[in-house]
Amino acid sequence: MKRSTRKKLQEALVSSPSLLWLSLFFLFPTLLVFILALRPANPYGGIGQGWTLQNLRRLTDPSYLEVSWRTLEISLITTVICLLLAVPIGYYLARLSLRWRNLLLMLIIIPFWTNFLIRIFAWKVLLHPEGLIKHLLVFLGLAGPQTSLLYNAGAVVLVSVYTFLPFTILPIYAAADKFDFQLLEAARDLGARRFQAFYRIFLPGIRRGLLTALLFVFIPALGSYVIPDIVGGPGGELIGNKIAQRVFVDRNLPLASAISAVLILSVLAPLIAVLFLQPKGKRPEIL
Amino acid sequence: MKRSRLPLIITIGVLVFLYLPIVILVINSFNASRFSTGWQGFSLGWYARLLHEPEIWRAARNSLAIAFGATAVSVIFGTMAAFALHRFARSRLQRFHYGLVYMPLVVPEILMGISLLMAFAAAGVRLGFGTIFLAHVTFCISFVAMTVLARLQDFDFAVIEAAQDLGAGWGTTLRKILLPLITPGILAGALLAFTLSIDDFVITFFVAGPGSTTLPIRIYSMIKYGSPPLINALSTILLAVTFTAVAVSQRISRSKVKL
Repeated sequence: MKRSTRKKLQEALVSSPSLLWLSLFFLFPTLLVFILALRPANPYGGIGQGWTLQNLRRLTDPSYLEVSWRTLEISLITTVICLLLAVPIGYYLARLSLRWRNLLLMLIIIPFWTNFLIRIFAWKVLLHPEGLIKHLLVFLGLAGPQTSLLYNAGAVVLVSVYTFLPFTILPIYAAADKFDFQLLEAARDLGARRFQAFYRIFLPGIRRGLLTALLFVFIPALGSYVIPDIVGGPGGELIGNKIAQRVFVDRNLPLASAISAVLILSVLAPLIAVLFLQPKGKRPEIL
Repeated sequence: MKRSRLPLIITIGVLVFLYLPIVILVINSFNASRFSTGWQGFSLGWYARLLHEPEIWRAARNSLAIAFGATAVSVIFGTMAAFALHRFARSRLQRFHYGLVYMPLVVPEILMGISLLMAFAAAGVRLGFGTIFLAHVTFCISFVAMTVLARLQDFDFAVIEAAQDLGAGWGTTLRKILLPLITPGILAGALLAFTLSIDDFVITFFVAGPGSTTLPIRIYSMIKYGSPPLINALSTILLAVTFTAVAVSQRISRSKVKL
C-alpha cells in the first residue's frame, strides 16, 4: 500500500468514532431543529405531518419580541460588567509573584466546584426578602422595606455575573500573562498618562483574551435558562425560559424548535464575528 | 513608578463577592432555624434529616453510574479525536473535525438539550437513563478531546519515529511511549468529564424521562418546591466531597511530578 493511502486510512480510522458520534448527536440534531420549526404540532405533544409557517409567524408576537430584546439587553449588560471586573483582575494577577498568583487563581476557581444550581440557590437565599443583603440595604437606608431584590432583571444580571465571571477572568489572565509589561513602562517614559498607557497599550495587547472572554459570557448568557428560572420571575424571563415553557408546560415541540432556531442563529453571529477578528491561522484559544 | 491600587481593590472585592453566598450557605446548614433569617443555635438536625431522604441517595447513585459510563466512553473517543486533530492537523477532514469538536463547547447548553430532545422525539426513542447517557457522552467527548489536545501540543512526535526506527512495532510504541506521555492529559480529561457529567442539569433535564432522576434534577426540584435547610446541608456535603477529591488528585499529580 502506498504511504499516503495508508496515512489516509489511519486518519479515517482514528477520527471516525468522534466524527460519527458528534455528527449523530450534535450536528444532525442541530440541523433537525431548523426542519422541525416548519412542522405543525400534533395534539399528543409530538410532531405532526406536513409543513407550516405558523411557528415562525408566532415568533413575531409582541411577547416574544419583548423577551428577545430583554435577553439581548441582559446578556450585554452581564458581558460588560464581567469584562470591567475581569480586566483589572487579570492585570493584577499577571503582575503578582508566581506563588500569590497561583493561590489567587485557586481561590477564584474553588467556588465553581460547587454545583451550578447550588450557587444560584445560595443567591436566592441571600436576596430573599428576609435575607442578609436586604437587611443590610434597609439598614443603610439604600432600600425601602418593600423593595424586592429577587424576581427581577437585576437579580438575573447579578447571578449571571457571579456565574460567568471566572470564565472571563481566566482567558484575560492567560493573555495578560503573555503581555510584556515593559511596554507599559516604556509608554509612561514616553509621556503617556497611566490610563492612556493602559488603554492604548495593554488592552490591544490582550485582544485575543478579551475576545475569548467576551464569547465565554455573551453566548451562555444568551442561552441562559436556569438563572432566570430561579431568580428572575416574570419580569426577568429570557428566551431560554420560553423554550423550556414550550417543552415542559404546553409541549409544543415545533414552536420550541422555532424559538431555538432563532437562538442558534443569534449565537452563531457573535461567534463568527469573533473568529474573523482572531489572528489568522490560529485556533481559538480555549480551556 | 507608582502603580494604581484599583486592581487590588477590585480583586479583593470580587473574592468577597465569590465567597459570600457559599459561606452563608454552609453556615446556614448548621442553623437550627427552619428559615435562614436568624441564628437559632448550632444543629446537625438537617444532616440527620438528609439520611431519611432515600430519593436523594437514589438520585446520587444514578448520577454516579451515568458519570462513570459517560466518562469511560468519552475518554476513549475524546483521546482518539485529540490524536487525530494533532497528528493530521493540516488535512481538510481535521478542520471539519475540529469545528465539530469545538462547537459543543461554545453552544449554550439549552440548545444542545433541545436539539437532542428533538432528535430523540423524531426518532421515537424513549427518554430515560439511556438518552441521558448518550447526551453526556456527547458533551464530554469535546472536553476530553480539548484537554488531551492541549497535552499533545507539547509532545514531540519525533520520539515515535525514533522508537520505530529502533525497531519498535506500533503496539510497543503505543504502550511504551505514547500512553505514558499523554496519561496525565487523559486523566485530567477524565476528571473533567466526570465532574461535568455529575454536575450537568440543563441538558439532562431536557432528555430525562419521567422517573429518571439524577442528583442535579433532584436538587432543582428541591430548590423549586422543597425545604431550603435540606439543600444547605446537601450542598455542604457535596462541597466537602469535591474539596476532598480535588485535594487528593492534586496530591497524586504532585507525587508523580517528583518521580
